[in-house]
Order: sequence, then C-alpha cells, then structure tokens
Amino acid sequence: MIRFIFAGMREAARGSVRYRTWILGLLLVIGYGLIRYIGQVRNGLVVTGMSDQVSWGFYIANFAFLVGIAAAAVLLVIPAYAFHRKDVKEVVLLGEAMAVAAVTMAMMFVMADLGRPDRIWHMIPVIGRFNFPTSLLAWDVVVLSGYLALNLCIPFYILYQRWHGREPNLKLYFPFVVLAMFWAISIHTVTAFLFSANSGRAFWHTSLLAPRFIASAFASGPALIIISLQILRKVTGYPIKQSVIDMLAIIMMISMQITVFFIIAELFTDFYNEGTHAASIHYLFFGLQGLHGLRNWIWASVVMNVIAMIILTINPLRKNGRMLNVAAVLAILGIWIEKGMGLVIPGYIPTPLGEVFEYSPSSTELAVTLGIWAFGLLVFTLLAKIAIAIDTGRVKASGDGVPKTA
Amino acid sequence: MKKNDSGANGASGHDTARRNFFRKLGRAAMAVGVTAPSMAAPAWAGATFLEAFGDFFQQHYKKMSREEIEQVLERIERKARERHGVDINCENTPPKKNAVFGYALNISKCQGYRDCVHACVEENNLGRDSQVEYIRVLEMDQGSTNLEESDHYYDPETVPTDGKYYMPVQCMQCDNPPCVKACPVEATWMEPDGIVVVDYDWCIGCRYCMSACPYSARHFNWTEPEIPAEKINPDTHYLGNRPRPKGVVEKCHFCIQRTRKDKQPACMEACPTGARIFGNLLDPDSEIRYILANKNVFRLKEELGTEPKFWYFTD
Repeated sequence: MIRFIFAGMREAARGSVRYRTWILGLLLVIGYGLIRYIGQVRNGLVVTGMSDQVSWGFYIANFAFLVGIAAAAVLLVIPAYAFHRKDVKEVVLLGEAMAVAAVTMAMMFVMADLGRPDRIWHMIPVIGRFNFPTSLLAWDVVVLSGYLALNLCIPFYILYQRWHGREPNLKLYFPFVVLAMFWAISIHTVTAFLFSANSGRAFWHTSLLAPRFIASAFASGPALIIISLQILRKVTGYPIKQSVIDMLAIIMMISMQITVFFIIAELFTDFYNEGTHAASIHYLFFGLQGLHGLRNWIWASVVMNVIAMIILTINPLRKNGRMLNVAAVLAILGIWIEKGMGLVIPGYIPTPLGEVFEYSPSSTELAVTLGIWAFGLLVFTLLAKIAIAIDTGRVKASGDGVPKTA
Repeated sequence: MKKNDSGANGASGHDTARRNFFRKLGRAAMAVGVTAPSMAAPAWAGATFLEAFGDFFQQHYKKMSREEIEQVLERIERKARERHGVDINCENTPPKKNAVFGYALNISKCQGYRDCVHACVEENNLGRDSQVEYIRVLEMDQGSTNLEESDHYYDPETVPTDGKYYMPVQCMQCDNPPCVKACPVEATWMEPDGIVVVDYDWCIGCRYCMSACPYSARHFNWTEPEIPAEKINPDTHYLGNRPRPKGVVEKCHFCIQRTRKDKQPACMEACPTGARIFGNLLDPDSEIRYILANKNVFRLKEELGTEPKFWYFTD
C-alpha cells in the first residue's frame, strides 16, 4: 500500500518540461493567493468587499458553483458503473478526479470565508459542538466530506488493484458507487437548501432553487468535463472515445434547456405581478435605486446560456467539435455567473430592512480565489496524471521505477 | 411564550462525561496562565504562549464548569487591561427565575432622535471605527410600512420631519430564532430568559446567521473593534458587552449586563420620549403585559413565524 502511494507520488513528480512548467506556474499562483490569504487572516475580513449588508460574496459564489461541478461527476459514474458503458468506464476515474478537485476547492472557499479559521475544530463532533442536523451548514460539511471520501476511496481501490495487475472486484465496490450516485445529488441539493432555507430572503426562498441547482450543474459539469477530456487527450495522448463526449453533449443539451426554462419560470413568477419579493431579482436584472452592479453580468450570462442552448439543440452544430467547445465554454461562464454572483449577491440586495448596498469583490478576494482555483487545477492535474499512468499500465507494482516521461 | 429550558447554565458543570483530552489540555494551560501572569513576555505581543493556548482550547460556554468560567472571566479582564489599559469587570450573571424579557415600542411617540442608538453604542462597547450599531432607526413615509421605501441614513437639521414617522429596529429576540438554527457550531442560542446570545469565543465567523436573520440584526466584526480607552464601559457580561475579538458575529442582547440586574436596557433609559417599554413577559403586573393586553400591537415580519419578543404599538 505504501509502495503504491510512493509510486503515485513519484509519477506525479516526474514529467516533461511542459508538465513541470505548468505545475510551477500553478504553484506560483497558489503561493500568491496564500500570501494574500495570510494578509486577510491578519487584518480580518475587512480587506474583502463584504459588509454587514452583503455578508457573503465572491467566495461563497465560487463555492456554490463548484459544488455543482463536483456533483456532475456522477454523470460519468452512472453510465460507467450502472450501465457498464466501456467507453465511459475508461474515463470515469478522470471524472472522479474532477469531483475531488472541485470538492476540495469548495471546502477551501468556505474556509477562506471564515472569520475565525483557527476555530474550525469547533465543528468536529464530540470535541467541538456540531449543530447537526439542525444547521444546513452542518449538513453541507457532512455531505461534502462524505463525497470527498467516496471519490477518493473508490478510485484508490480501483487504481490499487490495477497497479497490482488485478481486476477490481466490482461486487466489493459497487455498493459504494451506488452510494456515491445518491450522494452526488445530495451535495448540491443541500447546498441549494443552505440558501433556500432562509425565509427572510425572498430571492433564495423558492422551492425551485434545488432543481435549478441540479439542472445547471448538469450543464456546467459536463461542459467542464468535455473541455478537460479534450485537453487531456491532446496533452497525454490518452485515448478518449468520441462517444463519451457525444454522450456528455446530449446530457448538457437537455440540462441547458431545463436551466433556461427554469430561469424563464422564475422571471415570470417574479415580474408578472411584481411585489416586494421581486426586489432582489429586479436589482439583478435592472438595478435598484440607480445601482446595478450585476446587471450587465447577468444579461451576459443569459445570452451565453441561450447561445449554448441553441448550439447544443441543433444537431449538426452540436456534432461539430469546434461549436461544441464554444457551447461548453459559454455554458461554464454563463452558469458560473448565474449560480455564483448572480445567486448569492441579490439575496442581500435589498437587505431585509430595505437598504440597497452594493458589493464587488476586493483584490484580496480575487487573488485568494485565483489561488484556490489554481490549487484545484493542481489537484486535478496530479490525480489525472497518476490515474492515467496506472490505468495504461505504465506504472505498476512489478517493474515500477523505470522512469518514462509523459 | 415557550420557555427554553435547554439551559445556558454553563456553570452547572453537569457534563463531566464529555470531558476530553483537548479540554483538559486547555484547562491546564489556562490554570498555568492564571497562576503565572508574571510569565507574560512582551515578545508575545502582550500574550503569553500559554494564554494563547488557553484561548485556543477554550470550551463552549455551556460546556464549561463554574471554575472554568471564572478563569475565562479573569482572562477577559486581564486581556482588556493589556489591550486597552482599562480595568473592566466581566461577570456571568445567570438568568433570573421566572423571567422572559420582551420589548414594546410606541411608534407614535418615537421622534427619530436616535438617542437610543448612541446610548447603545456607549453601553455595549461597540467598535467606534467600524460604526456598528445594534439599533437602526428607519424613517418611514406616513401611510406606508414598506421597508424598502425607508431611509436608514436620514440626517436633517431637526427631526421629526413632516410626513415621516420613525421605526427603530433591533434584534427582535425571536422565540423561534432562525439565526440559532443556522449556526453550525451552536455558538448562538436562546437563554432561559429569552435573550438570544452569542459566545464570541466560540463563533467561527461563517456569518450564516446573518443570512438567516430577517431583521438585519446581526453584525460582524470585519476588523478588530477599536474603542478609545476612556470610552470603554467597564461593567460587562460574558454574553453581553465585553470586548469582542475580530472575526465574530455580535448583536443586541437586551443589555444582558444590565437587565439581569433589574436595570433598564440603555436604549430605554436614553429615550427622551418614553416610547420604549422593556419588561418581564411572565409578570402579569408588568407594563409590557399591560400594553400587550390593551394596545394595538404588531410585530415586524410576523408572517415568517419567527415569534419576535419585540412589539410595536401606537397610542
């Protein structure tokens, strides 16, 4: 077992000049983010753009988006393990690596948002005081940690067996795979409930929020997987079948259609008979009292989502590799805006007492966010490299240690 | 009125079963810190390593025994001396039996002077640079209760302004507080006398309670609150107006340091119009009970089911 871990670490450490440059670049960005984070810890969250009025910001916006990305890995897990699609099974480990990276980033964003990260141990049951099952934030900690564990353990077992040249015992890990499927839905549902639980915030307090979260996650998640798989195919030469990308494109198409439909449903309900409960969405799309910091962003997001949907819906366009990539990038950006800042910030504007006070992220928040994204990319890169090396049999228990460059 | 008997009496020390390694460690560190204050080396920015250690491992208010709380209170006083050069007295006055506090505010009398706001800032050691205020007086248009039309920062030469009325808003001390449900670490809870309090030494600063509160009653210490030494109110309570660190949430606590000693809250004492009535809801002879029985009262956002213990009424 220890030899296996060392073999993995050795594989992660070696590589071409291009690989090393990439890793070094990521490390530099991470280092810069870390330095800015230390400044934030030292001076307090006053260095962010957040306020008593808008008490969550860019960190939680990225958190909400990333939980969706993590959940979307299930879209590879289900066809691979439940429907035994061979082509998907070949890349499912990469999906799980992405889930690990996304959950790690999501957790780091919550950590970055804490006023007292030194007291995080207060959450640990028994030695601290964990308000479970009452607090939705406590639920989120449970489901995210569980999801991380599942997505680490299943690939670990599979790769460990392959490393030994053995076929993994499906009977042994299948129960965990089934658990991971339901768990994936739960992480994003709980994250949506985290917001919709607040009856004092009309913008979030809608039962459509969780379905919207899932739908948009199943559009942005496959989009990110499609892009990542193509990059990996290009960089590593790992054979990724076109049928996998086609399947993900279909899932993305349906999810994007549902996402756009949900947005329309939300807009109709709020604006047909516009009451005070619509003030936040009015701020988001048109501004309030002359302040409209998110207006251009959300319209850009709507345009991106609709264009992505159109490309995906028209068969010849979706099957065109370049157009599909355009749609994927638009979907990622559009949903990042919509589920990130577009979801979190209007919940606070106006405040429950009717004050309109705007928010924009500070340079510290941007730097720390960049650092966390770089860390996520690093995690994904390392896990993908190890997984591919073992999966292709280049690294195995017998005859390991012969260095080969990727 | 539901009476919360889950009991904030951290001093009861009944939970010996839950003692654990970290707690003992923290306690030992605290004990050493108390008996050897002379060890305080200035190199540690006024705090010894052991003091910091005791800080770090300090237990939840409800889990501490009576003597542990005593040690913490001493440490709070010592730190106030180091930080501000002021001798404060930090107490842990327990809730009174058969008391649940409530508030009634006469909006026909309120003239928008904001004397309550300023008295609250001084009484409760609120950061002067951060300009946190527990009370916000809203200037409302006559004929409307729409909060979104209210002016939070009205600043004319004289108040009241024609065509306006004034509605002070502060923590409603909900009997079904959504903020308490939100907290992932139980750093905030309702005391047996109905006051919703925060353990500033337990709060992790996630600010989920601020999202949950429908009244904008919770405030965060975005930076270390700064108070000029001569402005510090030395009469403090652990769950009330003691000096707060940065990175934690705080809120109105019905002046727990005063009201548990049968004094009026500072805002009521300061109000020149007599618009504010504070009292014991369980006492049938109290003024607040008279108001609830005889005046037309309403509560803010009652439809959310938060059961505020703060009523508005008119003459």
